[in-house]
Amino acid sequence: MKIDHSLPLEYSTDQNQYNILGFWIFLGAEIMLFATLFATYFTLANRTGSGPSGAEIFEITPVLIETLLLLTSSFTIGLGIHAMRLGNKKAMLSFFSITLLLGLAFLGVEIYEFIHYVHVGAGIQTSAFTSILLTTLGTHGAHVTLGLFWGLFIILQVKKRGLTPQTANKSFIFSLYWHFLDVVWIFIFSFIYLKGMM
Amino acid sequence: MEFLERFAVPHPSIAIYASMVAIGLTMIAIVAGLTYFKKWGYLWREWLTTVDHKRIGIMYLISALLMLFRGGVDAIMMRAQLSAPENTLLDAQHYNEIFTTHGVVMIIFMAMPFIFALMNFVVPLQIGARDVAFPRLNALSFWLFFMGAMLFNISFVIGGSPDAGWTSYFPLAGNEFSTSVGTNYYMLAIQISGIGSLMTGINMITTILKMRAPGMTLMKMPMFTWSSFIANVIIVFAFPVLTVALAMGTMDRLFGTQFFTMENGGMDMLWANLFWVWGHPEVYILILPAFGIYSEVISTFSRKNLYGYKSMVASMVVISLMSFLVWAHHFFTMGQGALTNSIFSITTMAIAVPTGVKIFNWLLTMWKGKIEITTPMLYSLLFIPLFTLGGVTGVMLAMSAADYQYHNTMFLVAHFHNVIIPGVVFAMLAGLTYYWPKMFGFMLNERIGKWTAWLLSIGFLLAFMPMYITGLDGQARRMYTYSEATGFGPLNMISFVGAIIMAVGFALIVYNVYYSTRYASRDIGEDPWDARTLEWATHNPVPEYNFAVVPEVRSSEALWDAKKHGHVLFKDRNYKKIHMPNNSGVPFIMSLIFFVWGFSFIFSLWIPAILATIGILVCMAHRSFEQDHGHYISVEEIEETETKMRGAK
Repeated sequence: MKIDHSLPLEYSTDQNQYNILGFWIFLGAEIMLFATLFATYFTLANRTGSGPSGAEIFEITPVLIETLLLLTSSFTIGLGIHAMRLGNKKAMLSFFSITLLLGLAFLGVEIYEFIHYVHVGAGIQTSAFTSILLTTLGTHGAHVTLGLFWGLFIILQVKKRGLTPQTANKSFIFSLYWHFLDVVWIFIFSFIYLKGMM
Repeated sequence: MEFLERFAVPHPSIAIYASMVAIGLTMIAIVAGLTYFKKWGYLWREWLTTVDHKRIGIMYLISALLMLFRGGVDAIMMRAQLSAPENTLLDAQHYNEIFTTHGVVMIIFMAMPFIFALMNFVVPLQIGARDVAFPRLNALSFWLFFMGAMLFNISFVIGGSPDAGWTSYFPLAGNEFSTSVGTNYYMLAIQISGIGSLMTGINMITTILKMRAPGMTLMKMPMFTWSSFIANVIIVFAFPVLTVALAMGTMDRLFGTQFFTMENGGMDMLWANLFWVWGHPEVYILILPAFGIYSEVISTFSRKNLYGYKSMVASMVVISLMSFLVWAHHFFTMGQGALTNSIFSITTMAIAVPTGVKIFNWLLTMWKGKIEITTPMLYSLLFIPLFTLGGVTGVMLAMSAADYQYHNTMFLVAHFHNVIIPGVVFAMLAGLTYYWPKMFGFMLNERIGKWTAWLLSIGFLLAFMPMYITGLDGQARRMYTYSEATGFGPLNMISFVGAIIMAVGFALIVYNVYYSTRYASRDIGEDPWDARTLEWATHNPVPEYNFAVVPEVRSSEALWDAKKHGHVLFKDRNYKKIHMPNNSGVPFIMSLIFFVWGFSFIFSLWIPAILATIGILVCMAHRSFEQDHGHYISVEEIEETETKMRGAK
């Protein structure tokens, strides 16, 4: 495997560059996936049938906490990648761990939120609105859950194998994924919660 | 017993029982044959675990041909049922199941793998690469497609086939009106193979953008590579829509959500919209690579460079953008209003313009060329008039006011077969014949090949031209019979005769493979067609590493430059060791788990479904921790192979 030392570690081999470009294309597909969910949400948002509307069930406090946790985690993973570029493995692993802990906390609040929805009679079967609401949030939540495992695996690998072109590449790609989930959340926050509460 | 009852077919018939026996016997025969000839190890090492793009391409090809016959049998049964008024060969339920599976099999499990077969095999060779960007992912793509196809095909012997049409419109496809598990099969089998298609899209785009030979700028790529690139961009942006639609359809059927229901706010038209936001780009995913094949073939056998290279590329880019802007023309009659219909009418008619540009480019490529009518060229020559006919009726259908007359009639059925058969199927057969020597090292028989092309064209005209007439006279599609008073009988009989002739044509392809395998010469050199592009600059069949030395390119017709203008393709003649990816069984195993996963969801078997989900995640975790740096092919090995294949260039 030819390594080009003039480039950052995560770009240093041909395969690494393919991986990063391929992942960007995958994120393009993910954008389409969430765009479809949002389009469906906008179509069905007012079709509440006999169930509650968004304004009746949304609570601002957990949503604000979730937003704060996830936005911070996006910042800390950025710091993690910065540390990786400087070759500081210890700092990088710390920032990655903080990121995952914030993600875990986010997930905890989201689960609480889901229980709340079911509790107030807004289950996934209640109406077209609740179906798409919980599916959109659930798809994002499932991405975060998957990301927690993936991130954990990467931390273990960096710990064991050090910063190699391979582990750096994986860490960088994971950071792209994590930032993307943050972007999706910003849309969820703005167009589902804020718009729904207005 | 109650547990087993769910696996029974709801509407059994002798044909289904016969198929069960046939499937059982075939499986026993395969297992016995593999054991007797001690081929299990060979199968596992050389095929099931391979990550070689050429072998994956060949496996796609075999699957596509098998599915062509499965879908073809469906077609013959439908035409037989309709050949006479008030025929009782099939009842309404069976007819519904057969037109549904015919559509799904032909589009998702025949046409898609056929284009993936050619893309996989040809694109890396055409750009001078040694494999695709993600060989392991490529194997996973294939096996997911394969397992999806198998899952779909077992539906008619276990639990019942889907019967709501290949479009599976809600509320018909909902639990209330489609009570069997058939529609679950539809939702999950297509989902699984769709994930594979999306991965291929990502893989091919990365390959084409990053792995081209030195000197091959984007505007020096051969046209088939360009068309594959555009088709894969459409895949990446269209398939996620289908993923979401299928997931919502599955949840409606299994978990009682309210997306497409008729109550509690559900909206059935949402399915139609989402389906066609994927579905219309999908037809361009199929036709663009077909156009790419025609471009290669017509240019090669006219002995001229492709006329209007830049306009070809531009027209494909325009088509890819516009393919996302026409979806509502599939349901002009479903009440979205005059303004929406007008807009979609205009976009639909406009998309004929870039397509027309391509037709003129092919005609001008042939203009004053030294045309040699080989089998691939014959398909291309038949394609141009037949496809244009289909295009013109497409513009007729695009006029939303007039569409109220044509909608849901045989006219529409005639139209889309008229574009798909001469457009996609002829291209795939042309590509198959053209690239056969590249894949297997011998040529298919030209005489049988030309007979096939003529039989398919005549059969096609006999089968589908009468449908235009009966359609305009009001024969509805998807109706399992009609009364004698309608007068549709004789024309439908002609259609049936046409279908039989086409079946003979397809059978001849099999005979041709058999005949050529036995009798064709193996001494065909590297360039049997006197071709123009890079894939013909290496040996036939292609060695594992494709090119011993990476070629250098200065135009879209690198080999022609080398042959006629003294361009040196292989400057550095010293071999260096070549890095290649390792084989892996994980894609196959993971896809097998996906099969179990899909099957468990179809029958609401929750414990196996959870176990299979965990299995899939374990495979992904395994991939994360795995350290696989591939292997090297040594210089000695390369020298040996190259000498055996009559020396390197």
